[in-house]
Amino acid sequence: MQRHLISAADLTRDDAVLILDTAEEMARVADRPIKKLPTLRGRTIVNLFFEDSTRTRISFEAAEKRLSADVINFTAKGSSVSKGESLKDTAQTLEAMGVDAVVIRHGASGAPYRLANSGWIDAAVVNAGDGTHQHPTQALLDAFTMRRRLVGPDAGLGQDLEGKRITLVGDVLHSRVARSNVDLLHTLGAEVTLVAPPTLLPVGIETWPCEVSYDLDSTLPKSDAVMMLRVQRERMNAAFFPTEREYSRRYGLDGDRMARMPGHAIVMHPGPMVRGMEITAEVADSDRCTVVEQVANGVSIRMAVLYLLLGGNEPAVTHPRTEEK
Amino acid sequence: MSKTLIRGAKVLGGEPQDVLIDGGTIAEVGGGLSAEGAEVVEADGKVLLPGLVDLHTHLREPGREDSETVLTGTRAAASGGFTTVFAMANTFPVADTAGVVEQVWRLGKEHGYCDVQPIGAVTVGLDGRKLAELGAMHESAAGVTVFSDDGKCVHDAVIMRRALEYVKAFGGVVAQHAQEPRLTEGAEMNEGIVSAELGLGGWPAVAEESIIARDVLLADHVGSRVHICHLSTAGSVEIVRWAKSRGIAVTAEVTPHHLLLTDELVRTYNPVYKVNPPLRTERDVMALREALADGTIDIVATDHAPHPHEDKDCEWAAAAMGMVGLETALSVVQETMVDTGLLDWAGVADRMSVKPAQIGQARGHGRPVSAGEPANLTLVDTAYRGLVEPAGFASRSRNTPYEGRELPGRVTHTWLRGKATLVDGKLT
Repeated sequence: MQRHLISAADLTRDDAVLILDTAEEMARVADRPIKKLPTLRGRTIVNLFFEDSTRTRISFEAAEKRLSADVINFTAKGSSVSKGESLKDTAQTLEAMGVDAVVIRHGASGAPYRLANSGWIDAAVVNAGDGTHQHPTQALLDAFTMRRRLVGPDAGLGQDLEGKRITLVGDVLHSRVARSNVDLLHTLGAEVTLVAPPTLLPVGIETWPCEVSYDLDSTLPKSDAVMMLRVQRERMNAAFFPTEREYSRRYGLDGDRMARMPGHAIVMHPGPMVRGMEITAEVADSDRCTVVEQVANGVSIRMAVLYLLLGGNEPAVTHPRTEEK
Repeated sequence: MSKTLIRGAKVLGGEPQDVLIDGGTIAEVGGGLSAEGAEVVEADGKVLLPGLVDLHTHLREPGREDSETVLTGTRAAASGGFTTVFAMANTFPVADTAGVVEQVWRLGKEHGYCDVQPIGAVTVGLDGRKLAELGAMHESAAGVTVFSDDGKCVHDAVIMRRALEYVKAFGGVVAQHAQEPRLTEGAEMNEGIVSAELGLGGWPAVAEESIIARDVLLADHVGSRVHICHLSTAGSVEIVRWAKSRGIAVTAEVTPHHLLLTDELVRTYNPVYKVNPPLRTERDVMALREALADGTIDIVATDHAPHPHEDKDCEWAAAAMGMVGLETALSVVQETMVDTGLLDWAGVADRMSVKPAQIGQARGHGRPVSAGEPANLTLVDTAYRGLVEPAGFASRSRNTPYEGRELPGRVTHTWLRGKATLVDGKLT
């Protein structure tokens, strides 16, 4: 493992499988009466959120607390940042307080990369989502969810997603989730197809390790997992598609479309879902939809990442099976 | 003023000759000239060029003196071998009145490191809506001949047409920053493979090319001349080539950094590479080099854009666009054009002195190195190779992409009307 987690593209197949396997161990902690490990006792982690995100921030915070780390939450709103303080100054101020790791969410693509590579701080940096660039722990939790559902939790240990066919649908252009997933799923051996109107696919996508299609219906029957991406309503002003209704008709997932998927195939969404436009309530609430599992798995994945980045050389959980008895 | 004998210099890269400066004028050029009464500069093996002329410099004064001033900017210019710079109008206040352009012009005269020719804004406040008093700026002491909203595009076709028509009255030229604003909303780098991976907003080539296509047609329609700033794409080259083949009065410039650097460097997210127009692809770089060599692109212009450290030592999105260039321009041109065999030193003199002086009507500059001409000269040690060390820059700002990079060539001497502004690499 590298010292920082900035991009899913930085992970080797072995790194990724190690994180997934470690997350399986971490997941067992959630089943205990006392959901806590002493692993990061005495370590300080700051959650540095320059962009609103309830879901990801709480997920990281839960993961940190389950590992017994000391947690500092920093949100840009109402902070020195709103008075004009720079990212560099903010980060250095926090590091002066003895921070071991920085979990950063930032609206600007590349901000975590700069934080990790500019010599501003020494702490480990975990990217919790930057602009339209990367969201590596989201990709890891998605892969974890796929492996559990499509391979099986125990059977999956040590395994990747070789040969699994994954379809991502929607606003690829503005999606850090799509970029992260394409990188990681390819590393794990999956075959990825992106489906979107041409206006929501970036120029230059031809070099990505995936297929691209404008036609959702022809892709569904050969998909083991279909991940719907969030379409931001503010994009409507920029004429990426004519109307919400037309988008929904061509790229929304409803019951009829879900029925065209193989029986074992799952439906995923990074959330928050726009029901009725990108996904119908019927699909969102079906047993095949893994949205709630993805949230739970997010905590396990983030525990695994923080544990491994902060020097976890020993097994994260000592004799977990013995403890469970 | 005393005499100076430059001994054994390769004038425009030709055979070694002696050049005698007497007062502000070149007195004699030839072999074995007498050094009597003259200070001698041994120039064995070095190349002597007419003083360089930069048609595109940001001096930042008035308003952003923390980035650069007329004094520091002209010292940087002299260090880079320039004897004239054209100062862009995007200052605070904007150089859109006779008063502001005269202020900049006078500061240049007082400091004396190189001539400063202000560029006037095309529109009031660079807002693209109302023509600035172009005639008043031309008639001012500054004698403005080049007008530009650089930093912004004159995107309204009617305003651009009117500006092109209006400056015909006094032989002016409109220098366009070609950037279609709607196509570049949120743009942060070249749109392509790298931007797709990095998740940075794309600046498509067509946003530049569509404006250039429109403007050459407008220039043709109204019978005026247009100058295109900092070409950055292969497609732009093709449009300018086509326009010239039709006899349209268009000239174009390329920056040194667009001749050398590509968007692959943005993978570092280091804002030192953030520039407008953005760094493009290797294919674009090669097309720009070829176009400069064959004359489709007329000149090299630095787009020297100084910024204080804190404006670049931050995340990409928050960083200012631009890089300094006066002190490294000639080295980059040597590396990309001369050392590659695309251009000889006479060609460099043409693209970096003669033609920019003609486009901007900088009288007394860009003249032949021959007797009777003003002694505006630059001496270059072309055999030198060294690491770029921004700490030694004369510019107030250090935002160079070449820090620690080895580049060839070093300007050792610069003379402005016979007065040395740079001697042995040191400012006078």
